[in-house]
Amino acid sequence: MAKYLTQRIIYMVVTLFLIASFTFFLMKIIPGTPFSNADKLSDTQLSIMIDKYGLDDPVPVQYANYMMNLLKGDLGVSFQFNNVGVTDIIIKSLGPSATLGGLAILFGTFFGVILGVVAALKQNTWVDYTSTFIAVLGKSIPSFVFAGLLQYYIGVKLGWFPVAFWRGPEYMVLPTIALAMFPLATASRFVRTEMIEVMESDYITLAKAKGASWFEIAFKHALRNALIPVITVLGPLVVSLMTGSLVIEKIFGIPGIGEQFVKSIQVNDYPVIMGTTLLFAGLFVLVILIVDLLYGVIDPRIRLAGGKK
Amino acid sequence: MEQEKIAKEMFSPAQLDSAKSEEISKPSLNYWQDAWLRVKKNKGAIVSLVIIAILTIMALVGPHLTGHTYEEQNLQHNNLPPRIPVLENVSWLPFDGNLTRKNGDVYNAYEQKNVEEYYWFGTDSLGRDLFTRLWKGTQVSLYIAFLAAAIDMIIGVIYGAISGFVGGRTDNIMQRVIEILSGIPNLVVVILMTILLDPGILSITLALTITGWITMARVIRAQVLKLKNQEYVLAARTLGLSNGKIISKHLVPNLAGVIIINTMFTIPSAIFFEAFLSFIGLGLQPPDASLGTLIDEGFKVLQLYPYQMIIPATVISLIMICFNMVADGLRDALDPKMRD
Amino acid sequence: MEKILEVKDLHISFHTFGGEVQAIRGVNFDLLKGETLAIVGESGSGKSVTTKALMRLLPESNSEIKTGEILFGGKDLAKLSDKAMQKIRGKEISMIFQDPMTSLNPTMKIGKQIIEPIIKHQKLSKSAAKKRAIEILDLVGIPNPEVRFEQYPHQFSGGMRQRVVIAIALACNPKVLIADEPTTALDVTIQAQILELMKDLQKKIDTSIIFITHDLGVVANVADRVAVMYGGKIVEIGTVDEIFYNPQHPYTWGLISSMPTLDSDDEELYAIPGTPPDLLHPPKGDAFAPRNAYAMKIDLEKQPPMFKVSDTHYAATWLLHPDAPKVEPPPAVKRRQREFLEMKEGN
Ligand SMILES: Nc1ncnc2c1ncn2[C@@H]1O[C@H](COP(=O)(O)OP(=O)(O)O)[C@@H](O)[C@H]1O
Ligand code: SF4
Ligand SMILES: [Mg+2]
Repeated sequence: MAKYLTQRIIYMVVTLFLIASFTFFLMKIIPGTPFSNADKLSDTQLSIMIDKYGLDDPVPVQYANYMMNLLKGDLGVSFQFNNVGVTDIIIKSLGPSATLGGLAILFGTFFGVILGVVAALKQNTWVDYTSTFIAVLGKSIPSFVFAGLLQYYIGVKLGWFPVAFWRGPEYMVLPTIALAMFPLATASRFVRTEMIEVMESDYITLAKAKGASWFEIAFKHALRNALIPVITVLGPLVVSLMTGSLVIEKIFGIPGIGEQFVKSIQVNDYPVIMGTTLLFAGLFVLVILIVDLLYGVIDPRIRLAGGKK
Repeated sequence: MEQEKIAKEMFSPAQLDSAKSEEISKPSLNYWQDAWLRVKKNKGAIVSLVIIAILTIMALVGPHLTGHTYEEQNLQHNNLPPRIPVLENVSWLPFDGNLTRKNGDVYNAYEQKNVEEYYWFGTDSLGRDLFTRLWKGTQVSLYIAFLAAAIDMIIGVIYGAISGFVGGRTDNIMQRVIEILSGIPNLVVVILMTILLDPGILSITLALTITGWITMARVIRAQVLKLKNQEYVLAARTLGLSNGKIISKHLVPNLAGVIIINTMFTIPSAIFFEAFLSFIGLGLQPPDASLGTLIDEGFKVLQLYPYQMIIPATVISLIMICFNMVADGLRDALDPKMRD
Repeated sequence: MEKILEVKDLHISFHTFGGEVQAIRGVNFDLLKGETLAIVGESGSGKSVTTKALMRLLPESNSEIKTGEILFGGKDLAKLSDKAMQKIRGKEISMIFQDPMTSLNPTMKIGKQIIEPIIKHQKLSKSAAKKRAIEILDLVGIPNPEVRFEQYPHQFSGGMRQRVVIAIALACNPKVLIADEPTTALDVTIQAQILELMKDLQKKIDTSIIFITHDLGVVANVADRVAVMYGGKIVEIGTVDEIFYNPQHPYTWGLISSMPTLDSDDEELYAIPGTPPDLLHPPKGDAFAPRNAYAMKIDLEKQPPMFKVSDTHYAATWLLHPDAPKVEPPPAVKRRQREFLEMKEGN
């Protein structure tokens, strides 16, 4: 287990190192970044820049400095806001994004699991078909299309919820629904498949043979076994949340990382773009690692098998 | 025991046709026939296939039907809602050229602007014909998706086949590369690449394929490892066929199933990413049209002219749904696990 | 002796992609109190389906009991509601399955899996149920039952898991225990241990056992009576002696001939030629006819009724019809018949 863990962490570091190097050289290549030319910068920015990155230094030294700063959590300085550190910008906008993402994954997986379990238990009935239909829609309709339609029909036409901004719980409803669709669809499909497989397994037959009721079989015996593998889709789900948050924060005007990122793209604020990209990459790698560990903790088969080694 | 009368003759030895008894009564279908039967039973997949075909045809001919080009502007005719002859008289269809003001008033934009012409799907803020732009955009989106899927397939199949087939150290190194690459979320790669390359059809396609082939390579490798030690491959080996020949002659045909399924899942994902990039400002730039740019432009005027977003949104959703349904259907049909 | 279970004219079909699979086509048998009835037959002959039907464990989605009765304690289990069935499963009738590696819930502690039916059926408190569970674990030969109680299935070897499954089945002192190939998935030495255990337990607990196997060697060891299944029917049924030393059905002959014995190692092991019948399109005549060297014209036309050989011995083959020619069973079978006769004369 320890060996496996070390190996995983090494991969994680290598991956992050590659991405960081890539962003550095990208910044050197693209015109308009602090590393390639300084024409666009104000004097204060320039002095900070030179100070910070040692722009007079040879490239390898700059590279080393950049990496060192990264290790310290310093992602550089934004263009669009004078002198403001990218790290500060990200930290400031982290709140709404984390809230939105958390809500979406919570509601998405919760209702997705319910939908999947019900579909599996009522296999090949209209309940199952409806659930499949919802899942196909959720997986297929791009989040920005769904968000736009929600905003127009529920927000503008019906006026049930605020159309934009982030000022209280009622503002969270539409963006959460829009962002939760993909986790919901993914979880429901996954849980359905797992649940059907589990329900056909020998130990469920044995549970029936013991006289367990339908309810006990579905919820005491099958559900736990069907839910454990759901952890494995957490990685893809987090990516979908990051992707989704970019467009959904833009659509609903939520002051989060995603909106900041899209704005930065529009004004070529490369340090913010690169910083956010690195953040996403780090987050993703971390989630993958956590999934691995979690799987070991939750599933006693794996926990003990790993422990013996 | 009740004993009914049975002719004595019946108790003489029977002529057993041994060939007949050995005959397998289940008509033996080959893999593809069997798969096709299964796909045919899946009505959703068939309907989706038909819709995809129609949309593809429209993507090819649609841009040439109205006489307008996709970039031609006519500012006098801007922001006209859809109006279609005949259908305009069906009151519940939104093809009558009417618009609703913020205060709820309904007026006919064509009469107000004195336009005789019919714009089937309306015009945008620059007076460009949306029918033409829609199908042009569909064409571009599908083109990017097919191209990306094809490249993914080629790289993935070659990489996976080599990795699985050669094995040993090579396989080990190739797997480590995959492991590192798959730690990078495709969102990040796609964004970095589109920043590096100037936005355009090719650069977007390229960005999509950088990590896109990994899934394919993984699936192929797993299949190759499974097939590698099966008898007919061993036989081919002893007959002295080269590795390349064995891969192309024996393995690839057997891999066709997984390749098709995987490609069918790649296409909608590519369509999504293209639109996504356009929507956050990293995709194609106007006047170029793709489903993504159309939705992005439509979204900006959603509250005033909802049709400008709803029409391309419907098309992209339809494409995504249909490809996903076909992919699901194919997976169910081709997955050997499901065969009795 | 008292009949505890009666199966009458059971017909079961599966509705599949390819059509209706007539898996069980008219099965009749009784189970007596305290006896062990073995059901033997090739894989696919319908042994599992028959016994699963007794507990109504067939998949609801595609299986159907077309006709027939399963009489148990004055009730017809074939028509019982699911609620009523739950009161019988695990309490009156229990089951042990083939593969101990997959028949325990991997994420539930062994102890909990055993006390579940005890709490449910015997309405014991949790602590009383635990006491009982540890007793049973001890009874089925699991060392350190208190420790084992708290462990998960993956901490047990295959043989130990099968003991756990047996413990679960016996937890509520069932009247009928169905063991569906309980030793097939185990190593030979473990097989012998489990068989010993089952024989031992039967002496201690007064349970009737239906023991399914495709291995005639096991049957001789454990059973009182034997039912031979082929193509969804019981083709011969009788006491162990009758089946082993005076078999009447050519399929039973085939089974016996293909059984390795100590004194037959000079011969090559015999295998019945041909393949089992296709139950999607069952033949009009006898299902065994295409594989039967003795087949007669009638066999292709009509299915044979059960002919009585003795009060306890019946076989469904036209060879027993008075008009049928007398045929000689294969040498391996004849040798056993001779042994049987010598034994009788010796008595
Ligand atoms: N769930 C099912 N669906 C379709 N056919 C089935 C199913 N279960 C069993 N059968 C069919 O029923 C027949 C008897 O199977 P079974 O009772 O499992 O045989 P065995 O004697 O080996 O236990 C087989 O031909 C099998 O194909
Ligand atoms: S009934 Fe006929 S075919 Fe069937 S076992 Fe007897 S002799 Fe053979
Ligand atoms: Mg069986």
